[in-house]
Amino acid sequence: MTRTFLRPFTWLATLWLALLLSGCGYNDFQRLDEQTKSSWAEVLNQYQRRADLIPNIVATVKGEANFEQETLTKVIEARAKATGIQVTPEMVSDPAAMQKFQAAQGELGSALSRLMVVVEQYPNLKANQAFADLRVQLEGTENRITVARNRYIAAVQEYNVLARSFPTNLTAMVFGYQPKAGFTVADEAAVSAPPKVDFAK
Amino acid sequence: MGLMGRAPAVLRLWRWALLWLMTALAVPVLAQGVQPVPALTARVMDQTGTLAAGDVAALEAQLQAFEQRRGTQIVVLVVRSTAPEDIADYTQRLGDAWKIGRRDVGDGLLFVVALDDRRLRIAPAKTLEGAIPDVMAKRIIDQVVTPAFRRGDIAGGIRGGLEHLQARIEGEALPLPEVGSGRPSPGGGIDWFEIGLLFLFAVPLISAVLRGILGNRLGALAAGGVSGFLVWSLSGLLWLAIMAGLVGLFMSLFVQQLPLQSGGRRGGGHWGGGSPGSWGGGGGGWSSGGGGFSSGGGGDFGGGGASGDW
Repeated sequence: MTRTFLRPFTWLATLWLALLLSGCGYNDFQRLDEQTKSSWAEVLNQYQRRADLIPNIVATVKGEANFEQETLTKVIEARAKATGIQVTPEMVSDPAAMQKFQAAQGELGSALSRLMVVVEQYPNLKANQAFADLRVQLEGTENRITVARNRYIAAVQEYNVLARSFPTNLTAMVFGYQPKAGFTVADEAAVSAPPKVDFAK
Repeated sequence: MGLMGRAPAVLRLWRWALLWLMTALAVPVLAQGVQPVPALTARVMDQTGTLAAGDVAALEAQLQAFEQRRGTQIVVLVVRSTAPEDIADYTQRLGDAWKIGRRDVGDGLLFVVALDDRRLRIAPAKTLEGAIPDVMAKRIIDQVVTPAFRRGDIAGGIRGGLEHLQARIEGEALPLPEVGSGRPSPGGGIDWFEIGLLFLFAVPLISAVLRGILGNRLGALAAGGVSGFLVWSLSGLLWLAIMAGLVGLFMSLFVQQLPLQSGGRRGGGHWGGGSPGSWGGGGGGWSSGGGGFSSGGGGDFGGGGASGDW
């Protein structure tokens, strides 16, 4: 009797224990932590790609005689400001540093898009094949930035949901895992809406 | 018997949790207001009816031959419009949903045409970004595809564009598909050794556990389901999974007839109402197996490529 009674019970206990171990979410925290880090690295990578493109764009535009200097200067200044920010992996958990970084990259983005609008008034530049190629590369890079940002936002969201929901929040409490900072408030609102590439930004 | 009486209650909870989990996993996340991502049923999908049936078949054959030769998966989609999204966003969502490209290589390519928007986009997965940089994609669009589109030759534009893209992929040193298998399998060859091991050791164990918990009949059914699912995830083949599910089912049914195994097992195991076949049964039959074409699932689309209009 004890045998027949105990065996299902043992199985059940084993199963329950396995469920508890995987249910506490420790491994999920590790996985998602790495995921946010790698997707953040990808965001930085794509921003760097854009920053690397700018000297070529500036050089090509400068070749155009009497190009409007103010727009160009703004792009150069914004790039200097954006690349001047010290980027560290710990930045992810520092909302103030993140905001500063975001603001600088946003400024560079808008300076660049202004430049692209101004370029429309210069037929020589529009006809220039090298500039057309740079333009395509810039557009592709902006697309990649958007994708990388969206993936980072999703990764942070997943991590934060895990860190805040029961019962995994107990694991987070025990090991001291804090919710991570996403992008700025506007970006957090964008997570719930369908992603939209805005080239006018 | 007090503890015995408690077990079914725990099990019922378990069952609900499983049911809930499966439903949660099965319901696709739908965004509102944007064009839906169509089911991936073929390499060439024309939602507008613009392409002649012969053209679709020819393009499909062109892409199928290329996939058999080089392994790269290319999908062409023609839609009316991608509004309210930009074609880049729409293509990105297609790439995220379909993940075309071999599982271990990730070489997928999307060719999307929005007829009413008069826009198109070529989007390579990250593996192919080296073979098809944005600038090359743009040049193919501007010099090959859109001139034909302007003449109203949609099929010709797509064919010409694909030929140029394929030529560029040919130049890239990607691993070739295995020769002799003859089957463009999504996950490489079948690992018969692993499947053999599974049936020798894992399935008897799983069926013993499941029958211990669920009782003989339901346990055997669940064991069949689990083994089917395992084989499905190992091989990625639906027919093999269904076969494995049936084998697993019969194996666990057969094993319980042996006096050595079934000694003192409680019989029946009917707990609670509800149809037992509602989950676990059928041997991995919940997969959404498609028709002749299925995505390799390895393509990672990072936003590369170029758009153009005509």
